[in-house]
Parts: sequence; C-alpha cells; structure tokens
Amino acid sequence: MTLDAHVLLRRDSFTVDLRLAVASGVLAVVGPNGAGKSTLVRALAGLQAHAGRVEVAGRVYDDPTAGTHLAPHRRSVSVVLQDALLFPHLSVLENVAFGPRSRRGSRRDATTAARDWLARLGVADLESRRPGTLSGGQAQRVALARALVGGPDLLLLDEPFSALDVTTRWEVRRDVRHHLAERAGVTVLVTHDPVDALTLADLVAVVEAGALVQLDTPERLARSPRTAYVARLVGLNLVRGEAEGSSLVTATGARLQTAVAARGPVVATFSPTAVAIHLTAPAGSPRNVFSATVGSVDVLGETVRIGLDGPLPLSADVTTAAVSAMGLRPGMTVWAAVKATEIEVAAG
Amino acid sequence: MSASPTSLAPTIAAPDRPLPLPAGLRAPAAIAVVFLTLPLIAVLLRVPWSSLPDRLGSDFVRDALVLSLGCASAATVVCLVVGVPLGFLLARADGRLGSLARALVTVPLVMPPVVGGIALLYAFGRGGLLGGPVYDATGLTLPYSTAGVVVAEAFVALPFLVISVEGVVRSADPRFAEVAAALGARPWTVLRRVWIPLARNGILAGAVLAWARALGEFGATITFAGSMQGRTETLPLAAYAALYGSNQDDALVLALLLIVVSVAVLFALRGRWRGALS
Repeated sequence: MTLDAHVLLRRDSFTVDLRLAVASGVLAVVGPNGAGKSTLVRALAGLQAHAGRVEVAGRVYDDPTAGTHLAPHRRSVSVVLQDALLFPHLSVLENVAFGPRSRRGSRRDATTAARDWLARLGVADLESRRPGTLSGGQAQRVALARALVGGPDLLLLDEPFSALDVTTRWEVRRDVRHHLAERAGVTVLVTHDPVDALTLADLVAVVEAGALVQLDTPERLARSPRTAYVARLVGLNLVRGEAEGSSLVTATGARLQTAVAARGPVVATFSPTAVAIHLTAPAGSPRNVFSATVGSVDVLGETVRIGLDGPLPLSADVTTAAVSAMGLRPGMTVWAAVKATEIEVAAG
Repeated sequence: MSASPTSLAPTIAAPDRPLPLPAGLRAPAAIAVVFLTLPLIAVLLRVPWSSLPDRLGSDFVRDALVLSLGCASAATVVCLVVGVPLGFLLARADGRLGSLARALVTVPLVMPPVVGGIALLYAFGRGGLLGGPVYDATGLTLPYSTAGVVVAEAFVALPFLVISVEGVVRSADPRFAEVAAALGARPWTVLRRVWIPLARNGILAGAVLAWARALGEFGATITFAGSMQGRTETLPLAAYAALYGSNQDDALVLALLLIVVSVAVLFALRGRWRGALS
C-alpha cells in the first residue's frame, strides 16, 4: 500500500507545495508552526480543496486534471487531532463503532470490532462511559481506537500526543507504537516533537514554510541533516536497544548507560551536543565512552556535525575551532563520550 | 488595631466584589419591577377561584384551549420542518446572500403581527399572490380556517426557531463533523448522528420558544383567520372577546391559563435559551 501525494495550495501569503511518496509504514511530518502540516492533513483527508494529485493504495483521491476530488467519506482515511474530539453524545463504544457503522457495517460487527480495538488500546473497561468523564489520556486512546478500527488505507494523526502530559504521552506513545507498525496502510503523523518522529516513524519528512526540506529515515536524518534547521529540529542521536536496568544494549552489543531504569525494548535519544569528542580515551565522569572513526564532517553554520562510525554510530556537534584544534577529518580514530544525564529514554 | 497582615487580608481578598453602582439606579429599577409584576398580581387577585373548575370545563374555554394547544403544536412542527434546515444553512452562509437571507428572516420578528396578518392575506388569501391561483385550481382557501391559524402562528414563530438553531450551530465545533466525515459518514449521516445531537439544546429551546410565541399569537391570527369559536378562536382571541363581551370572569380564567403556560415555558427553558440565542 502506498501514498503518492502532491499537495498544492496557494493563498495570499501562504503556499504549500509538498510531494510525498511513501510505501506503507509511518511517515512523520515535522516542522514549525505554520509550516503547512495541518493543511497537509486536511488536504489528504479531503477536508481542504487543493490543486495537487493524491493517490492512496492505487485509488486516486484528488486529480486536478481529471477534476477528481473525492469527498472525505469516500476516502479510506481516519483522522486523529490534538483534541480527541469524541462525539460528546455517544458512549465510548458508540464512538469507536461510529466508523464501521457509517461504512454500512452491521451493528454487531461494528460493536465487536470496536470492543476489540478498545481492548487493544487498554481501555476496554471504559466502553459505557461518556467522553466528558474521561481523562485526556483515556480520551486520546479512545480517539486512536476510533481511527484504527476500520483499518483505513491512510491514517492521519495531527499532533495526537501534544495535549497530553509527559507521563501520559510516554504511555500512549508506547501503547500505540506497535499498532502503527503492524498496520498495512500508510500512517501520516504530524508532530513538532522529534521524539515522536524518531520513535514511531519509518520515514521523517521535514517541512518548512510549506516546502519539503528533507525526507529520510530517522537514523539518516540525525546523521546527515541537510540544513542547520533540520539538524536543530530532528538531528537527535537515536539508539534502539534492550533496556537492562539503567543501561541499554544495542543489537551490535554496544552498551549505553542511562540515568533512568527501564525494561524491554527502548529508544534512547540525545542531542549531538551531548556527545564530546576526545583524541585520547577520557578519564573521569562520562561512563559512556566509545571508540569511533570519523565518518563525515559537515559544517552547519556555527557548528560542525561529525558523523562517527563504530559499534554505536553517533552524531556529535562541535565548534569549528574544536575541529581545527583537533584536526578532525574522515578516517581518524577518536573517542566519543556521552553524558548519561543527557539521554532521554522512551519505550521502543 | 495594628496593621498586621491578618487585618489587611480581608481588603486584599475582596476583589470579587465589584465597584458599587450609583445608588440612584435603585429607585427606577424598583419601579420597573413593580411595573412588570403588578398587573400579574392584579389578575391573580381577581381570578374567580371558586368558579374556576366550572369555567375551565365550559365549551367556550375548552374549545379555545384545545384549539390553541393543537394549532401551536402544529405550527411548531411546521417551524421545525422548515426552520431547522434554514437555521443550519444560515449558520454556514457567509457573504452577501447569507446576510440578506438573515435580514429577511428577522423581519417578521420586528414587524407588528397585524401587518403580518395583512401580508398573509395578500399572499395566501383567496385573491392573493399564491392563494388566488390555488383557490382557482382546487377551491381550497386558508383564511378564516383552522389551517389559517396554524399558518399565521408559524409565520410569527418561525424566526425564533431559526435564530435559535443558527446560534447553536454556529457555536458548535465544526471539527466533530469533519472527524465524522473522515470516518466514512456520508453528509446525511453526519447531520443525523453528529450535527443534530450537537445542536439538540438549541433546537429544543427554539421549539419551545416558537411554541410559546404561537400560543400567545393574536394580531396575525385575528387578521388572517378571524375569531370563530372552535375553529379559529384561540386562547388570546377568546380572552379578548370575553373581556369586551359578556364575561370578564372567563377572560380572567383564560388569562390565568396563559400565565401558567408562560411560566411553564420559562421553567422548561431555564437559562438555556440565552445560550442558544447568543
């Protein structure tokens, strides 16, 4: 299943011109406010007229040359916004069954499917509650169940976690992660949080002022951001592995000490500025010291991003002065140190 | 007393009490309250309570009551059938056409009902713009019939319902409908399962207001439908006829009935209609 979309929209002071072609999986769209991210979601859902061509899973949704513009209900899409927007007059179960019922499913099948998805998102016990009585996290889980239940070809998530507090956000993200990964369709996740993008997405599109700046895997984006803006926005180091107490073991056997204890598969993120480069093995507090080979040297404005190869591939931001003082160049062997307190851990 | 923090606390903690208004406002305000309540008290004092059951059971009062309740309810149904769709469309209509439609809808709201009755005669009367051809073709005519009462009442009551529905639809979050459409709901399903439940309070408030307005209708009804007992003589018309006819006590009983209904309507709406109309 693929998404092949060109969203084109011109207004007086605003142009969105985005080409996105991805196979099934999760595409994160990140960018500052006003970059056109929500316009993209509305256009893909059919809620906003635009002059581009959109094709999902072989079906043409929009085609200006043919005059095609499918109404939202004729598209196989679902939308989750920052606010859960559960229908206040329906119970939780009726909310989740709304989609299947609207698609002319039988009441029994709709209810069965709705119960199944409420259980998958851990909120089966809420089925008879009214939305007004739910907490923010509960409401967003129900909204995600409502969007996932029909197995839409295109799932649109517009800042789905950003109204939640930090802990709830962590839990909902953890619990929705494998449901998104298992989906047959395409998921577009709009977010301003790089951790959302790096932990949930197979591909990340960085959007600025209505235009695509870079489309890459999270790892490649962190390692070789095309602009200083991308580096700042999503240029995080991303290490996947298995948590064992307060350390993380990667598939290649590298061990990363973290400040927090966790269990199971996790994703550790930390800024390239948290990575220090030394010519000799450093002594003292940083427990995370890795031998590495300089792979790339990219100047991004005031700083230089160093790509480091080794058992734990890393990106490090250093000053231009440091680069010339140490004489850093590709192929050199160096030591990289990461402070454990700078590392954020999220469920993977 | 020393200026300790405890003695200062009440002064600091009293900002929820607003600055007092001039005391001179109280006298005219009191006059307004007396002016509004005294007539009601006067009626209640003169109601012939001992003969009330007999009078309520009389043909004259019973005919008027049954006719009034029936016509007001029928007029409300007419208002719902055409007014709810209009309210929804007006809530969405921006631009010149929308403003024009909104102005036209509100004209009957401010127009004297007698003028409405005259206008209805020229539109739907036997020689009227639409009534003429219909009479020539079918022999059917509206004025001076029970159906004419319903038409007159619906004409006067409809704007109340339309404005109420428009207000509640305008204030509802349109994203609910967008989410519903994205979940696969066709436009009629979105209307039935999302918009109407979201607008429920406004529709109900509008219907109650329209019903109350129809029940109290006088000017347009007497002009368009006349005043014939059992056919077109509703409660207000009967009260007026009794007052200037033979029986002032019947007039008082009918007035009491209308007061009771008005208070019941006020109770049914409670604070709701203000929200629905804003």
